Amino acid sequence: MPAPDADRSPGIRPRPTLRRQLDAAARQSFPIGSTVALMLLGNAPLGGPALLPAVTITSVFFWSLYRPGAMPPPAVFLLGLLLDLLGWLPMGDGIVVLLLVHGFCVRWRRSLARQGFLIVWLVFVGFAVVAAALIWAIAALLLFRLLPIGPAMFQAMLTAALYPAFAILLTAAYRTVADPERA
Amino acid sequence: MIRLSVPARQALAKLTLPLLFVASFGVILLGKVDTMVADRARISLGDTLAPIYAALAMPIEQGRWAVVQFTDFWGSSAENARLRAENDALRRWQTVALALDAENQRLKAELHWVPTAAPAYVTARVVADDGGVYAKAVLLSVGPNHFIHKGQIALDERGLVGRVTDVGARSARVLLITDLNSRIPVVLEGSRARAIMVGTNGPRPRLIYWSDAAPKEGDRVVTSGEANALPPDLPVGVVHYSADHVPEVVPAALLHQLEVVRIFEYGLGIVPPDGGRPPFHSG
Repeated sequence: MPAPDADRSPGIRPRPTLRRQLDAAARQSFPIGSTVALMLLGNAPLGGPALLPAVTITSVFFWSLYRPGAMPPPAVFLLGLLLDLLGWLPMGDGIVVLLLVHGFCVRWRRSLARQGFLIVWLVFVGFAVVAAALIWAIAALLLFRLLPIGPAMFQAMLTAALYPAFAILLTAAYRTVADPERA
Repeated sequence: MIRLSVPARQALAKLTLPLLFVASFGVILLGKVDTMVADRARISLGDTLAPIYAALAMPIEQGRWAVVQFTDFWGSSAENARLRAENDALRRWQTVALALDAENQRLKAELHWVPTAAPAYVTARVVADDGGVYAKAVLLSVGPNHFIHKGQIALDERGLVGRVTDVGARSARVLLITDLNSRIPVVLEGSRARAIMVGTNGPRPRLIYWSDAAPKEGDRVVTSGEANALPPDLPVGVVHYSADHVPEVVPAALLHQLEVVRIFEYGLGIVPPDGGRPPFHSG
């Protein structure tokens, strides 16, 4: 698993030319950009189940845990707004849930980021279940109607089950294109 | 940029998350107070994304085709046998249908039947699952000079898909018959009994308020022209009883893999609240 806080290491740095600065900016914005791209792709009609909430929660969880500097709270807020608009959720539903995911990730990352893959996955299953339940509860509250629980449970399972595949992809990105050290 | 001392900046960083929570409650309130703002934002987002999705559709289609090719390779002989049997059955039905059609024409000619005009339609590509978890809808990509308006009927090649609920400059949203908010007046073809088909967000909408006897398993369900919101006799699906004895409708349309839908102009009595009807040329 990637080590947190790799961007604060001391040492001699190369001269910040324009190309290098652009490169660094691209690497810095990769987590947000890739999350938006995944959300748009998750919304495309691939004939499968609705992937949008699953990819959003997974991506926000991963980057909040391993590189919170590149996933600041205002960006999480905007991603939540995008989730609400794209997913036709009641306004604010996705924002609250993503901010909670981000907040708890940042709070627990000191101990969590050091753990192995299995432990992180288990914790993520908890996150997925609570996030799906919260999205369901807030939507039911805002629409003032009891929504079927089936889709929420399916959503939680889908989110939890997709994590290993996403973790492999995002870890590879973390080590290569999103690594500021390589700029 | 305002230069702040380190403790001040740290304090500000600590405050960001709580402030954003407050802002998110503001968004919730705004969404509750003025639903139009959110809807307009969604429509303009759909307008922006529809061309992008339409461009993406080609590679997605090719990928899906490759997968289908691969899976078809296995068990293609069993599939062939099944298709041959089905083809024989369909050929028999075709003879019956042609005979009935001829008889129908003769009877109509004797009755001086006033023929209903063939409705005009446009075809649009489905570019996104616009429902999410708690709604069932699809986003259509339409040209900039389209004549689509609210309340039009969407059908795929097999049956009723839903109704147009939102129209933007380059996109339109169709609420599917399976959505929680969908209520469709239907007729059970066997008994001509009327019922209301209610979406549940699940794959099969329910039947409620049926007149006369309870719907029979396997009965064909078609739309009712009763409220003049839908044209009569569009195919909707087949009655099927769920495990706990609730009459449901298995939709005829392939709602989980819509690729192209036709939007029909039936010139129905219910005029959309947005005002006049655009000129819609038949043919």
